[in-house]
Amino acid sequence: MANEFAVEMQDVLKQFVTPEGGILSAVDHVTMQIKDGEFFSLLGPSGCGKTTSLRMIAGFELPTSGKIMIKGNEMSQVSAHQRPVNTVFQQYALFPHMTVEQNIGFGLEMKGVGKAERSARVSEALEMVRLPGMEMRRAKQLSGGQQQRIALARALVNKPEVLLLDEPLGALDLKLRKEMQLELKTLQREVGITFIYVTHDQEEALTMSDRIAVMSKGKALQVGKPEEIYERPANKFVADFIGETNFMDGIVKGQNGKVVVVDLPGSGEVRVESSRTFTSGQQVSVAVRPEKLRLNHEIEGGNNLKGRVEDVIYIGTDTHYGVRFPGGHKLRVREQNIKQSQKELARADDEVTVGFSTTSPRLLTE
Amino acid sequence: MMKFFRRNEKRQLMGLISPGALWILIFFNLPLLIMLFISFVERGRAGGIQIPPVYTIENYRLFFNACATEFAGPACNPWLYLSIFGHSVRIGVIVTFWCIVVGYPLSYFIAKQKPILRDALMVLVIIPFWTNFLVRTYALKQVLASEGLLNSLLNTLQLINQPLEMLFNEFGVVVGLIYGYLPFAILPMYTSIEKFDHTLMEAAADLGASPRRAFWRVMLPMTLPGVIAAFVLVFVPVVGAFVTPDIMGGGKVEMIGTLINRQFGVARNWPFGSGMSMILMVLVMIGVIAYFRSGSERERSAL
Ligand SMILES: Nc1ncnc2c1ncn2[C@@H]1O[C@H](COP(=O)(O)OP(=O)(O)O)[C@@H](O)[C@H]1O
Ligand SMILES: [Mg+2]
Repeated sequence: MANEFAVEMQDVLKQFVTPEGGILSAVDHVTMQIKDGEFFSLLGPSGCGKTTSLRMIAGFELPTSGKIMIKGNEMSQVSAHQRPVNTVFQQYALFPHMTVEQNIGFGLEMKGVGKAERSARVSEALEMVRLPGMEMRRAKQLSGGQQQRIALARALVNKPEVLLLDEPLGALDLKLRKEMQLELKTLQREVGITFIYVTHDQEEALTMSDRIAVMSKGKALQVGKPEEIYERPANKFVADFIGETNFMDGIVKGQNGKVVVVDLPGSGEVRVESSRTFTSGQQVSVAVRPEKLRLNHEIEGGNNLKGRVEDVIYIGTDTHYGVRFPGGHKLRVREQNIKQSQKELARADDEVTVGFSTTSPRLLTE
Repeated sequence: MMKFFRRNEKRQLMGLISPGALWILIFFNLPLLIMLFISFVERGRAGGIQIPPVYTIENYRLFFNACATEFAGPACNPWLYLSIFGHSVRIGVIVTFWCIVVGYPLSYFIAKQKPILRDALMVLVIIPFWTNFLVRTYALKQVLASEGLLNSLLNTLQLINQPLEMLFNEFGVVVGLIYGYLPFAILPMYTSIEKFDHTLMEAAADLGASPRRAFWRVMLPMTLPGVIAAFVLVFVPVVGAFVTPDIMGGGKVEMIGTLINRQFGVARNWPFGSGMSMILMVLVMIGVIAYFRSGSERERSAL
């Protein structure tokens, strides 16, 4: 029976006993489905349970409760060495006493693949990660980036149903990391294997993933495509963690169809379109991205708030303006420097208007 | 300037090392030289050596042919000493084998514990060193004696109706030696296992290796230095042991160590004792070097 899901986590809970004797839910009732052939990222700050989730899929940890299915098969009775998944470990975990060839060929050897075929497939795998002819080297004789590729080849050569990657680029420098991001993404498309990719780097997740699960404190807060997560964050944590977001606390004054009127005490009123229903007096947070704001540019039918510039930061491609409003609310505005000789739109202490459309902000309640 | 500094440093280093070097020279190499000298002279009439010394290689010949002496009777076995040596090597191999086979899982078990418990367990391993070796061996003898703890226990449990003979035979000697040398096997193996990165076992499992195959292919090769150190630390002293075979064997189990000991005691044949000591040293050294060689060759051919 074909199954459209490569991996399913059903209400998975994993608890640890802390050294102080308390109980910690490292993964807290997580349910998610990872589709076949998908590049799926687990994104969240350090300690949110990404590695633990991955380790349960790999079979190194068993869930306290809940189910993990791989290709539709329940995994609770299947130990790590029998699962159709392979892992690229955070610190690579190459075998130091073996050559590159022995490292990459290890999985095939365990499966009983003969020596001739093994060595052919190892060469193939080395070519795939663009390190041909490295067979006889030892792990210690390789640079970090090379070790990373060998670890990748060692996993991929087994043609697993699912490849698990735990912050595989974490130890590389920025330039190499960017290179490898593209390479990994291309590779994933070529081999068509489901990738589950753990990272704490939101930019990395946005660039590479088909879908992202944002995790915090053991919970999966939102699962969706990068643009969904970015444009329609489900809550303040996601909005804040992915990209940059301005938050302004206010109180709902009323709702007219889709348009919600929010009072920002002291700073004025804003009108925001939302498909949700709000009640008057409800506390909400108006969340809006800096690049959706315009400085000194009236938006017709939109919101135009008057405030004072607090700081101006020139960062080459953009200039950032921090604008404070009478009620204490603050917005960061990002203006692209399109014209080469573009003068600053405003200076510190200038009185300015910040304009944005009614569809730009999100109203978040949690 | 640089040169001066370097030379100065070198001199300082020499100054630091020399007391230790001197110590080794006086208390280690000098006795060895004296023994080498004695092994090439004739014995004195009442023990000691003939004065003035009469040089000879008879002491070495005697080891390889026990009948090459005026005291040889008609039932003389020319292989006597060689066979005792062979027997000692056999006991050495058995004891080392068991020390490693028992010590490895024990070291693993200790290394897996939380830091506090781990330290406590290592102290337990080391504590026996604080007690006199003789006292400990006699204590073990009480446990294994026919009227001893173990036999009484087995008897009470009605598992046996006759006491087991666990003393004054090879079994007793082997148990005594394992008991005495187990800590020497545990210490180096523990160090190796403790340093071993357990993620590698997960990597092996991830690539489809059962726990057993992961052990043989990854963990054992990577902790082999500890095992080799354990081998040397146990095998070398056990082959030459004389206190334990004496007590646990009750004079019925002859090892090369007890034989040498006797030459300096009741037999009063210092030159023969010295000769055997030199032979033992050289043979054990050759054995250990050969073992290392074959080990590194195995590793090289595995590439
Ligand atoms: N074996 C363990 N024993 C106790 N606590 C653990 C264990 N593994 C992970 N944790 C805890 O679970 C939480 C989640 O850890 P982890 O999954 O490694 O997070 P992440 O990979 O997202 O940084 C952390 O608070 C961590 O301290
Ligand atoms: Mg992690």
